[in-house]
Amino acid sequence: MYSWILMLVVLAAMAGAYQIGRQRAIASAGGPTRIKQLHSLPTYYGLYAALWAGLPALMLMGLWIGLQDQIVIGLVTSHLPTEMVAGLSEGRLGLLINDIRNLATGNIVSAEVTPEIQAAADQYNRLNLISQWAMWAVVLAAALAGLAYAWMRTQPRLRARNRVESAFTVILIIFSSIAILTTLGIVLSVLFESLLFFQKVSPLEFFFGANWSPQIALRADQVGASGSFGAIPLFTGTLMVSLISMLVAVPIGLLSAIYLSEYAHRKVRAIAKPTLEILAGIPTVVYGFFAALTVAPFIRDLGMSLGLDVASESALAAGLVMGIMIIPFVSSLSDDVINAVPQSLRDGSYALGATQSETIRRVVIPAALPGIVGGILLAVSRAIGETMIVVMAAGLAANLTANPLDSVTTVTVQIVTLLTGDQEFDSAKTLAAFALGLTLFLVTLTLNVIALSIVRKYREQYE
Amino acid sequence: MNTLVETMDKTTGAISSADLAQDRPSAATVGDVTVADPRMTCRNVDVWYGAKQAIKGVSLDIGKNEVLSMIGPSGCGKSTFLRCLNRMNDTIDGCRVTGSIKLDEQDIYDKGLDPVPLRAQVGMVFQKPNPFPKSIYENVAYGPRIHGLTNNKAELDELVETSLQKAGLWNEVKDRLDQPGTGLSGGQQQRLCIARTIAVSPEVILMDEPCSALDPIATAIIEELIDELRANYSIAIVTHSMQQAARVSQRTAYFHLGDLIEVGETNQIFTNPQHRLTEDYITGRFG
Ligand SMILES: Nc1ncnc2c1ncn2[C@@H]1O[C@H](COP(=O)(O)OP(=O)(O)OP(=O)(O)O)[C@@H](O)[C@H]1O
Ligand SMILES: [Mg+2]
Repeated sequence: MYSWILMLVVLAAMAGAYQIGRQRAIASAGGPTRIKQLHSLPTYYGLYAALWAGLPALMLMGLWIGLQDQIVIGLVTSHLPTEMVAGLSEGRLGLLINDIRNLATGNIVSAEVTPEIQAAADQYNRLNLISQWAMWAVVLAAALAGLAYAWMRTQPRLRARNRVESAFTVILIIFSSIAILTTLGIVLSVLFESLLFFQKVSPLEFFFGANWSPQIALRADQVGASGSFGAIPLFTGTLMVSLISMLVAVPIGLLSAIYLSEYAHRKVRAIAKPTLEILAGIPTVVYGFFAALTVAPFIRDLGMSLGLDVASESALAAGLVMGIMIIPFVSSLSDDVINAVPQSLRDGSYALGATQSETIRRVVIPAALPGIVGGILLAVSRAIGETMIVVMAAGLAANLTANPLDSVTTVTVQIVTLLTGDQEFDSAKTLAAFALGLTLFLVTLTLNVIALSIVRKYREQYE
Repeated sequence: MNTLVETMDKTTGAISSADLAQDRPSAATVGDVTVADPRMTCRNVDVWYGAKQAIKGVSLDIGKNEVLSMIGPSGCGKSTFLRCLNRMNDTIDGCRVTGSIKLDEQDIYDKGLDPVPLRAQVGMVFQKPNPFPKSIYENVAYGPRIHGLTNNKAELDELVETSLQKAGLWNEVKDRLDQPGTGLSGGQQQRLCIARTIAVSPEVILMDEPCSALDPIATAIIEELIDELRANYSIAIVTHSMQQAARVSQRTAYFHLGDLIEVGETNQIFTNPQHRLTEDYITGRFG
């Protein structure tokens, strides 16, 4: 009696309906030789029948499965003896219902099993069984009804192709709106939690305060300040790490893209390009411990031998490694835009007696520049949002400093530390993570919108 | 895999030369390939794309102050031959040129010769207008800038102006020199490309179907321009329009499957062709 068997049955019914619809259409036209009489090709009548047989039935089934448990539980609770339910808080009631459910499915029950609970569990099982059978009956009936409707409607004048195509359009719209609505939902929930945060902490303090120490007493007997939420040190830390990473990634990525697309022999390119792209496939956690265990100590030792005071978790180490991670991103985006510069422009330059390097500097790069800038902006938003490397290599101290050898912390690192461990969900400390997340989201969103519009303009220019 | 490709190439080569042998018993070009006062002289030029021969033993002169038009069916090697004259074929992988091509007695395929300055002497205008995505001014100033032809801004301004004037574009663009060259109409873009080419004062201008993307009015302007440019330059123009060849050129060369079939005074080629293939092409029997 599993639902998935019913699902298979409905799918089989759709396949059958497809055949039936096709045959019916051919027959209604007067045999296979006269299908010209039909408005659409016979397959469309088949699809039309299949959609009618399948879609309403499947929708009904989804609805049923979604609501069944709620209705059954509602019925069971309404039959519980009133003295048992009366005066129970919502949480206690939930516990009781859980017990009933566990008993019914044969799981471990928290409380002692009273005859009332036993009865409720039996009823629960009974209702579920009835509901299952009812669902089978209703869904199969819906499938048959759909098929019958399609059967009746099928005649040569039915515009089956148009019907089927608009049905598919609707299905596609539903699926794409799932993606969009999910994003919207995430944004709205982050926004909502951030608003809660800004009720506790003024936005002025958050955006312009220079002191970040979000410790709040969790229990009454704990000693702790009320926490201070000035996010400026996080913003500057993020900015510094991103800046260092771009200083690494942009020159290396851009120059290797120029070499690969303009100078490299075909064989070199065939090897070097995939190799570079392997860098993009390394998990960021690997970069993270590479930064923390190899690069950071190396920089500290180097600094010490030069007589410099270097923190063991320096912004420099995190930025360098993040830069390496972003190189393939910059280089493959730049490579794409450089390759999109039409050969005719290069020919035009050569035909005026320009050398290859003049052509690249004065024609190819300027022509590709908007696209390259767009690519770099995308890389920046990647760097700002990157988490793993900085969690492992950048440290936690919210220092307001311009010294890359100091330890800094970033927005993403703080979000991670705020949310790991035990928290009260509505404490300012937890909510601060949402405010940081919102800020991060807005910044990267802006960068992406600018970058994409630049890249798009650039594409239009040559298409 | 390699051998397969090679044999395939060889086969196609064999087929095309067999066809040709039937079409054309004699290998020699009909008509006089030389001129009294040559700027460029080509002798026995062969061009290969990998194993495939695209130009077969072509000898041809381009005279001073002369417009030479090249006609022939699609794929016969007109563009290939034209691109030999300023070594633009160097940029194509696997393209090989043999024979001798001289510009004013200097062999342009000489080992020691740098193709970069050569291309300033032998300029080229392409089939499709290809202005740089820069301002109109910068498009024209591009060549003079990289070759250091002017000493100061005033001289450069003047060079840009005279080049645009010669290309017949000055009046249309003088008020918007700072706007992008790509924003001009197709015919204006092509004249901008011509202005760009003459700004580096080449000796020879090569044009590969310069009017194929243009309407009759723009075409007429460019043809007039070609006629004026003849006073100072040698011009070789590839065209599919026989009317155009007849209008602008003094001499005409007819190519067929990589061979130069016939060369002669334009008048004579169009009124009294000597070779059957030329006659067939001109009277529209094929091609
Ligand atoms: N880059 C290349 N690689 C290989 N073969 C080429 C290349 N360019 C041209 N060819 C071949 O050389 C021959 C001559 O081509 P070319 O472009 O010179 O012809 P065309 O006379 O200019 O033709 P059209 O009038 O169509 O422009 C053709 O058979 C063509 O397939
Ligand atoms: Mg051509």
